[in-house]
Amino acid sequence: MDAIIGRRALLGAAGALALGSWAAFALAQPRERVIKIVARKFSFSPAEIQLKKGEPVVLEFTTLDVMMGFKATDFGVRTDIVPGQTSRLRITPDKAGHFAFNCDVFCGSGHEDMGGTLIVSG
Amino acid sequence: MAPIDRRDFLQLAGIGGAVFASGLAGAASAADDFYFVQLSDTHWGFEGPPNPDAKGTLRKAVDAVNALKQTPDFVIFTGDLTHTTDDAQERRRRMAEFRDIVGAIKVKTVRFIPGEHDASLDRGAAFQEFFGPTHYTFDHRGVHFIVLDNVSDPGASIGDAQLAWLAADLQRQAKDARIVVFTHRPLFDLYPQWDWATRDGARAVDLLMPHSNVTVFYGHIHQEHHHMTGHIAHHSAKSLIFPLPVAGSQPKRTPLPWDPAQPYRGLGFREVEAETKSASYAITELPITAA
Repeated sequence: MDAIIGRRALLGAAGALALGSWAAFALAQPRERVIKIVARKFSFSPAEIQLKKGEPVVLEFTTLDVMMGFKATDFGVRTDIVPGQTSRLRITPDKAGHFAFNCDVFCGSGHEDMGGTLIVSG
Repeated sequence: MAPIDRRDFLQLAGIGGAVFASGLAGAASAADDFYFVQLSDTHWGFEGPPNPDAKGTLRKAVDAVNALKQTPDFVIFTGDLTHTTDDAQERRRRMAEFRDIVGAIKVKTVRFIPGEHDASLDRGAAFQEFFGPTHYTFDHRGVHFIVLDNVSDPGASIGDAQLAWLAADLQRQAKDARIVVFTHRPLFDLYPQWDWATRDGARAVDLLMPHSNVTVFYGHIHQEHHHMTGHIAHHSAKSLIFPLPVAGSQPKRTPLPWDPAQPYRGLGFREVEAETKSASYAITELPITAA
């Protein structure tokens, strides 16, 4: 019996430790800011996206019409933006400055003008 | 119409003979030397301030080609024959008009490859109706020519199937075969921020790399540009509708403005002389003039 109680006590203690660890882990995780970006022919909204160096964010894309692409060459990331779906990109900028992004899926006569700027503060 | 003719210039300068005599000692004689003409990015159907003579420039280019003193072996248009439109009927109308206009070129062989404005919105369907396959090979006087399609996919990929086709074709070529690639977009990352790249272009370059004599001619960026990936030279051509700025030289890739004092500035086409013994290509840029 003592042994059983001891085991339960041990499990309870282990559970409390696990919960505490989880809570500590959750608290330690930087909160990911979500930035919604809407694409349409031939623009992104917003076209200027404010980020902070070292801050992880999730860029969440939808398109109002045809398939588009988002490419941020300076950070080595891209995604398709498919009608009816939401695309997500996690990014943690490792440098500050102004960085162009563009649509890299040809979408029509204004495709060449379709882009914007990631403004990363230091 | 008096375009500068490279062969005339060479002959007038007294060095033409030297150029052609240089091949006599080798297996490939000077008799195998030839030249072709590359025209690019005509964007038939475009209208706007960057080119007030949008309907006349292509015809001027056709006249200039026809005025060359020596007929080229062939002419090739390296994409964006037409300006894009969402209207499939209008796309075909533009392609028909383009085909009619360039039909006046007095050269037996005129070849075409698509640009994204021709092919990306319908995966090359209309282009193929008017101009045939979007990727193909041909051989001419000892040079193996490969046309790569990096535009029918709107995401600018060549794709696994075409890359496998390229690999199989290259396997049949000697490692020192003289190879010329025509494509629309740059195969290397020239400036991806302006979509001046091919998503899987590096895979094509990797396949070409074991071959010692490869040269790439392309369009897309509306200006002359020369770049090396290892021993492979990449040469982009000027446009015949409007010039674009140097990569990254301004925030947006908006066309350079038309200058009434210097009409057609920045537009043009090129002669490429294939000197077979040295496997080299002499490029001469030719202007479009108002006369």
